[in-house]
Amino acid sequence: MAKSLNKGAGKTREPLFHIVKRPTIPLWKSWVIRIIAILAAFLVCGIVTYLLVQRNPLDMYASMFRGSLGSKRKLWKLAKDMAVLLCISLAITPAFRMKFWNIGAEGQVLVGCLATTACLFYLGGKVPDAILIALMLVTALLAGAVWGVIPALFKAKWKTNETLFTLMMNYVATYLVAFFLLTWTPDGSSTLGRIEGVGMLPVLFGNSYVLIILVVAILTVAMYIYLNYTKHGYEISVVGESENTARYIGISVPKVIIRTMILSGALCGLAGFLIVGGLDRTIYTESVGGQGFTAIMVSWLAKFDPIVMILTSFLLIFLDQGAAQVAQDFNMSDAFPSIITGIILFFIIGCEFFINYKVVFRSAKKEVKE
Amino acid sequence: MSKPIALEMKNISKSFGSIQANKNVSLEVYHGEILAILGENGCGKTTLMNMIAGIYFPDEGQVIVDGEEVVIASPKDAFDHKIGMIHQHFKLVDVFTATENIILGVKDAAGYSRAEAEARVKEITERYGFHMDPHKKIYEMSVSEKQTVEIIKVLYRNADILILDEPTAVLTPQETEVLFNVLRRMRDDGKSVIIITHKLHEVLALTDRVAVLRRGEHIGTVQTAEADENMLTEMMVGKKVSLNIARSEPKDPCDRLTVSHISCCDHEGVKLLDDVSFTARSGEILGIAGIAGSGQRELLEAIAGLQHLDSGEITYLNPKTGETVNLRDRTPLQIRELGVRLSFVPEDRLGMGLVGNMDIVDNMMLRSYRKGHSVFVDRKKPRDLAMEIVENLEVVTPGVTTPVRRLSGGNVQKVLVGREIAAAPKVLMVAYPVRGLDINSSYAIYNLLNKQKEAGTAIIFVGEDLDVLIELCDRIMVINSGRITGIVDGRTAVKEEIGLLMTGSIPAATADQGKEEGANG
Repeated sequence: MAKSLNKGAGKTREPLFHIVKRPTIPLWKSWVIRIIAILAAFLVCGIVTYLLVQRNPLDMYASMFRGSLGSKRKLWKLAKDMAVLLCISLAITPAFRMKFWNIGAEGQVLVGCLATTACLFYLGGKVPDAILIALMLVTALLAGAVWGVIPALFKAKWKTNETLFTLMMNYVATYLVAFFLLTWTPDGSSTLGRIEGVGMLPVLFGNSYVLIILVVAILTVAMYIYLNYTKHGYEISVVGESENTARYIGISVPKVIIRTMILSGALCGLAGFLIVGGLDRTIYTESVGGQGFTAIMVSWLAKFDPIVMILTSFLLIFLDQGAAQVAQDFNMSDAFPSIITGIILFFIIGCEFFINYKVVFRSAKKEVKE
Repeated sequence: MSKPIALEMKNISKSFGSIQANKNVSLEVYHGEILAILGENGCGKTTLMNMIAGIYFPDEGQVIVDGEEVVIASPKDAFDHKIGMIHQHFKLVDVFTATENIILGVKDAAGYSRAEAEARVKEITERYGFHMDPHKKIYEMSVSEKQTVEIIKVLYRNADILILDEPTAVLTPQETEVLFNVLRRMRDDGKSVIIITHKLHEVLALTDRVAVLRRGEHIGTVQTAEADENMLTEMMVGKKVSLNIARSEPKDPCDRLTVSHISCCDHEGVKLLDDVSFTARSGEILGIAGIAGSGQRELLEAIAGLQHLDSGEITYLNPKTGETVNLRDRTPLQIRELGVRLSFVPEDRLGMGLVGNMDIVDNMMLRSYRKGHSVFVDRKKPRDLAMEIVENLEVVTPGVTTPVRRLSGGNVQKVLVGREIAAAPKVLMVAYPVRGLDINSSYAIYNLLNKQKEAGTAIIFVGEDLDVLIELCDRIMVINSGRITGIVDGRTAVKEEIGLLMTGSIPAATADQGKEEGANG
């Protein structure tokens, strides 16, 4: 008893700290936490760089910024990569708002690429360019929509798991591309050369990237309006939050799932059209290069807000491009940039925990005995 | 007080985000007594007890067991200090027998011996007068049997301090009496029993002392012998409230909704509704009483177009045209398009009636967003409606753009009921509308229902508190396992009679007679 009297609440078995949910946090405070997290991430990256390669971390950051923003050409590349990633991210966002975990963007974009390439391959030079481009666009949208709606139909009818289903559809798309590459390249090389001169997308302001950036900018605003101010967008939110509520007020849940996945898939198809028609002019099985998965991160980090997604897609592309420059300048393996990107993302995602919760330490507690 | 102190709490505080659940609570529990923790829903009773049972950890304060200060960071710690809690939601393994559940997770020093364990279980049941078949599987058990298993589970772990969270919420009046006898025997055996409740008559019937909590604070502890209902109510709510609910005579009632012989099954073929027939009339509140899960939800959802029926008809009589509309197997949207003015306040407010993450405006829009041909939603009218409801129903909220999940239970319910009434319904169905609400909010809801009744709406009210049903409803229909066991007149009904109908222990003939009387009354 005497022991407990003078020690008060500070007994040995009491946990060192415990976690308390925060009341709503003011906006500025949450941004302070995020900025601290980014600074902490750069600090840790610096230490890691120093320990692994004994280089001055400041040099590394300089090289990182140079890699992403260092020249006009690099800025254009940054903007173009951002636009493509943002396009795919925008495409999956309606599905994600509906809590339909579409991780098949990779495949949906790839079939869009395939449809565009097929138009170029079979019809290039045989029809006027305007018609060819229109056909490329329409078939790409259709192909993406079909790829997206198949899992939606199964989900709506038989409640299949959309995560597995959309993931599997990615492999089907990859092998479909491999199959067509074999048919299209009689020499068996499976490498299709660039198809130039036909069905070229218009070059605006002397730069072929401008059209893509413009299309995605319009799409961003349109998606923001669609999700927040239209009846469809409202239905998507209701279905995502609670299917029971949706049923209760008479929204047909299967209808919304199917409609939204047609849209989501078609926009993935649009990304495929932009990649092949505006950039690559050819196809290979890695045409999408994992951006269908990176897009999930862009969308989540932005909490499914299209405007914030401009920021998050910039962040990811910036890191990617900067890290590649670091690897080149410092003569390091390709793995090193991935380590840096990983550390920074860990801090950015991890800080959300501190926005929602706070940690209370034992010593911070009031003595309760008078 | 001659009895020794078993448990002492000193200046316990706990908050969740901005909500302070407990504030500087100090409380003692003696050996050999039954203590009630009394308070309205949401006053922090369960939180306080969860801190003793090791579910939550207090932000501040001390717990002292038998004179020693202790730290309870997990349910295991609680058991080490001989504290056991029986939660509202049972934590049992369905496919195990009673005995298997009781001995699950106990580490015997001498190694596992089934025979020994069974002998101990038997000893406990005999000592306190439990009725339990130790070899029955949990999934075959009634709610009250499951509760018995939970209590024995705690006793088997040598608990000297037992905490029961709203133990009578799921029991019939008869089962409650059995439970109370068991608890009295435990007290006489020297154990400390703490029951969390908000039912005054139970407190008076069972306990030795009452500790009253209000908004997380300990208001005071009184000897039950010196307390009465008025005094305790005043302590609970802070000011005297009239316990009378106004009930007007129905004004020229006429049939509005006829349900005849409806039946439905779940996917395993178990009957959820079995040949249910009744009529709801305008200007009248029809109460539905029954033990939780007797088919109330399915019945309301069938009328709302959310439950597929195997047989039977549901007919709505349109008061304007005099036409009848068949509602069976229509979707909620079709029902509305047929001109049926049906509003429904479901039991699961945030999971069905509202969207928790959306603000009040967007929740208002759920009913009306389809109006017009524009592809865009119109938030102006819903915003006006939201402001009107916030003002008229005194909803406590920072603003109409606050997500409804941030509001307290009573305010959530006001938002939902307000929206449903705003649609000017001809039939209004409400399921457990005052569950989790404090007394003032409850009365606000009763008043709203009464106003609708005076406006000529046919109201179907599914409730759990028989006192309220008897005071509020014109007729009370009792449902048991999906069957209607009787319809009684709310003005002449007696609680015990309804209790018996709820358990289905009145023979069908008597029940039919009750139905006749109800129809005449």
